[in-house]
Formats: sequence, structure tokens, C-alpha cells
Amino acid sequence: MIIQKPAVAGTLESSDALVSIEPGDGKIELTLTSSVMNQYGRQIRETVLETLDRLSVTDAKVSVVDKGALDCTLKARVECAVFRSCDASEKDIPWGGVIR
Amino acid sequence: MKNYVGRDIPDYLLVNGKEVYQGKNYMDGKLIKKASPCTRRYEKPQESKIVETLADALKLCGAKSGMTFSFHHHLRDGDFVVNMVMKAAIEELGLEDLTIAATSLGAAHDPVAEYIAEGKVVGIQTSGIRGKIGEVVSKGLLKTPAIVRSHGGRPRAIEAGEVHIDIAFIAAPTSDCVGNCRGIGGKSNCGSMGYAMMDAKYADHVVVVTDCLVDFPNMPASIEAIDVDAVVCVDSIGNPKKIASAAARISQNPRDLMMAENVAKVIASTPYFKDGFSFQTGVGGPSLAANLFLEKYMDERGIKMGWAIGGICGPMVEMLKKGKVGKVIDVQDFDLDAVNSINQTPNHFEMSASQYANPANKGAFVNKLDFVVLAALEIDTGFNVNVLTGSDGVLRGAPGGHPDTAAGSKCCVIVTPLIRGRMATVCEHVVTVTTPGDCVDVLVTDYGIAVNPLRPDLIECLDNAGIPHVSIESLKEKAYGLVGRPDDLQWEDKVVAILEARDGTILDVVKKIKPYTLD
Repeated sequence: MIIQKPAVAGTLESSDALVSIEPGDGKIELTLTSSVMNQYGRQIRETVLETLDRLSVTDAKVSVVDKGALDCTLKARVECAVFRSCDASEKDIPWGGVIR
Repeated sequence: MKNYVGRDIPDYLLVNGKEVYQGKNYMDGKLIKKASPCTRRYEKPQESKIVETLADALKLCGAKSGMTFSFHHHLRDGDFVVNMVMKAAIEELGLEDLTIAATSLGAAHDPVAEYIAEGKVVGIQTSGIRGKIGEVVSKGLLKTPAIVRSHGGRPRAIEAGEVHIDIAFIAAPTSDCVGNCRGIGGKSNCGSMGYAMMDAKYADHVVVVTDCLVDFPNMPASIEAIDVDAVVCVDSIGNPKKIASAAARISQNPRDLMMAENVAKVIASTPYFKDGFSFQTGVGGPSLAANLFLEKYMDERGIKMGWAIGGICGPMVEMLKKGKVGKVIDVQDFDLDAVNSINQTPNHFEMSASQYANPANKGAFVNKLDFVVLAALEIDTGFNVNVLTGSDGVLRGAPGGHPDTAAGSKCCVIVTPLIRGRMATVCEHVVTVTTPGDCVDVLVTDYGIAVNPLRPDLIECLDNAGIPHVSIESLKEKAYGLVGRPDDLQWEDKVVAILEARDGTILDVVKKIKPYTLD
């Protein structure tokens, strides 16, 4: 998917994450902060990058402020931010397709 | 050298007779020679010991660089006294190389972090370390490793002369002109002053800091004038709102209540649950709520609790007033109901930290305890508990009486949710061992109950009562299944804190954490 405009999803509540996304400079640029960085930083990064890859996002600036979200929450927040940035979050979400 | 709980203790710390932890009751029967303070005679009658300022009191006591000052934490997060004293000592008198020996340090003492960073405070000995002090110590800015002891381990170390207190500062809600102190009757009441009692007896000098002078004699005194050198009256010793909260409320969280109900079920299944049993609980959500469910079982069986100890709060006072518990003996009060009850409600007594939990005296209250219900930040598959370091390896907790009550009690129940946010509470190895696994008997989580295999008798009790239980390994796997397996923390070699077991052996060390990078 092509990131068309800045979009955010999520919150800064405990056990959630705030994901912001905007058009990039030809690659994925990820900034990550997390309340559980020392133990889960790598896994969070992998989850975010995998999710972007699954949505075929290859060009974006992504910021994740994680407050101890589980993987399922992280995936959902990244997916939502991507779909919002493409104005595709209102209807025809591909449940069971790339969203699984 | 590896200790009994598998922690590697650097050999250079094992000097002057220091040993690594060898399992509980290792020091039983050992003879000790108690240390004694060097105190001044005040033979000539004194009308009053009141001095104008803290600086005057410090001078009177011969304060100089390199000394150890002691404090107690009954004023909790509302305390002003530690900061006032350290400011007077460092900024007015220009002292340095000071050591703080406190019963606990928290967010109220953030300004001390600055003195640590400047190298004015070079030693910290405490039973709790939180806030900015925890952060700077974790960064390795304190000149010597902090020493963390339990509430029972601290009076043991004082008696043994391992901590020599040059000047003890008593934060007193009321005092008379010669230093008889009480925790009630003033404007910053804290109730029990139990943690300060040993300090007053073993310090060379004792300074009372109060914001409410009362007529002589202030009786019955928690700290006696016979031990006091000087009395300073200040505007305020603390913020009453943060000293004692309004009544501690029992959790309404259904997860907490479910766990609390299971705790009560476990307790009721053991042979110790009979008329006259003894009990201590923490004030965390599920621990406190256990009171409620326990009462139900007590009524059903027609039995009463003989006595309860601890940090005390409203719900326990309520049970005392209802006649469901015979006596409450109290080292610290957490809420106004408890503060207003101690030494007022019949059978609500005060005790010292040594009487409460010291393993080196001839029998502390914890040794007669049937049940204790405690929380944990983490518990590993060896039943070792961590209540000191966060998941990032930073010091932000307090062993308090946890290791003492766990070791002394016949049945120690840890109650904690399986995960908190993304943190697995039940894990493979805790970051720091603060209570060794050989003292912990039952774990109650929201995903199941596990019994320490060292206690086949308790396993049988649960089986007979039809209470399902699983292995702690399976709880750990369940937790990792939800949150993922955590990466190991990365440490540098520098030891920033030494965690002493209650008997004085070394249970664990906390090292400086390596700055985290993703690559």
C-alpha cells in the first residue's frame, strides 16, 4: 500500500501503543520507544516491520510509542494507521485477507 | 560464587566474614555479640532539649563528614524530614561523604538523588529504593553499592554493628521538650513509629524533628527521651495527605477479587486455619481483598483470628473492632483508620521492627505467623520473588517485610496477576531475587494456582479440598504464550546494589544496566 497522508492509531494508555505513519523517503524508517524496551524492543520492531511488509508498505516514516502492548494490539494499531493513511479505513477492509 | 538460589555473587564482596545465601535458617543458633552505641551523659538536669534549627542540632551532635545518618519512613511519600536534614547537613554545614541508612526511600526523597550525583552522599542503606534515587543508583552514580535489607534484616545489621548510626533522626508527629515522641496527637500523624525504635537505641546521637510540641510528658512514648539528644521544632515534618491515605479501599476489580477468593480458599484448606490463627496481608489489591473472603470462611467455621501483624490498614482495624481478630500488633500504619486506632482501640498495639521481623533476636512475631499473603513484581519457576527491580533492571521497589514474613510464616501465599501489560509476572528467572524460593509456598494467579514442590503437605491439602493447581512451569509458559519470551537484560560488571538476605548473607546483586540499543 502507498502511504498517502499522515495518520495515527492507538493511544498512550498502558498496554496500548500509539502508531503514527507518514509518507517516507523511499524506505521504511522506524522510530520506536517502549516501556518494555529492554525485554521486548526487538520483538516489537519485528512485529511492526512484519505487519508493514504484509500490507506491502515499503515507503513510510513510522513512529511507535509502545506502552506494553501485546503483539495483537501492535498489529492492529499498525494496520489501522496504514489504512487511515490511505483513506481505506471506512469500508471494504480485507478481513481474512491481509488483515488476519 | 554461586549461592543457594543460583545467583553469582562476586568474590570481592565476600570479605570480613560475608557469606553467600545458603538457604533459610542457616544462621540459626549462632552466637552474636551486639554492638553498642557511644552516647553522651546528660547528668545535670535539663529543662529542655529544644534547639533552634536542624543545623544547631547537627552541630550539637558533632556532625561531620563521613557520618551515617538514619531515618525512618512512617511519613511515607509525605516525608519532609530526610530532605530537610540532608539540606542542612550538606548546604549549611558543608558536610560530605555521608551515608543515609533509612528504613525506606521513595519519591519524596528525589532531592537526595542530586546529592548522590554530586558525590556528597556516598552510601545508601535502605529497605526500599524508588524514584530518582533508584535511577541514579542504577546508573552507577553512588560511590559505594547501595545495601538493601529487609525490615528484619536492618535491625539485625544494626545490632551486629554492620550499620553504625552516628545520628538518628526521628520524624515525630508529637514530641515534648525533652524528646518523648508519639505518632499521634499532632498535625502529621503516622500512628506506629516501630521502624524508628531500634535506631533510637543504637545510634550515638538522636535528634527528634517534630512539628507539634506537646506538654511533658508525652506518654506513652514510642521513642523515649532517655535516648534523645536534641529536639527541633519545624513548620511541618510532612504532607499529611501523603502520610496516611483515606481508608484503604478493598478492590472492586473482578480479577483481584477472583484471585483473593482463591487465596482464601487455599488458606482455608490448610490445617493452620483454625481458631486463633495468625495472619498478615499486604495492602495491594488482591492481598487486601483476601481479608474479605477469609472472613466468610471464618464465619462458616465459627473461628476467629488470634492476631494480625504488619503494616496495618482500615479493613484489619474493622475486623478488630468487630471482634473477629483478638490482637493487632503494628509496625506501620497505612491509612487514617489505622493511625487513629493504634494504642486507642483496645488490643491494637505498637511494635518495633526488631520485634516484628529480626531473624537474629530470640523470636520475632513473624516466627509465630501462620499465614502471610504477599504480592510480587515477578516470581520465577524456582518460586524466587522479585519486589525490587523493574523489568528494565532499574531499582524501584522495596523488599520491606516480604522476605521476613515469607521465611517466618508456616504458609506464604504470593498473589499476583500472570501478566501486567506486556510483563510476564511468572517468569524463568527473576531480575533480582529479593525473597528466596525456599520461603515461598503457594502462588495464586488469575490463570491458576501453583504449590512449591518443597511443600507436599500443602499439595495434599489443596487436593483434599478439591482446589485445582498446576505446575509453576506451566504458568510461566502460559505467560510467555501471551506476551512472548523476553530478551535477557544486558548488564555491565559494576555492582550498584547488594541485596542482603535477612540473615546477612548475600542473596543477590544488582548491576549497572547497559544502555539499550535495538541493533
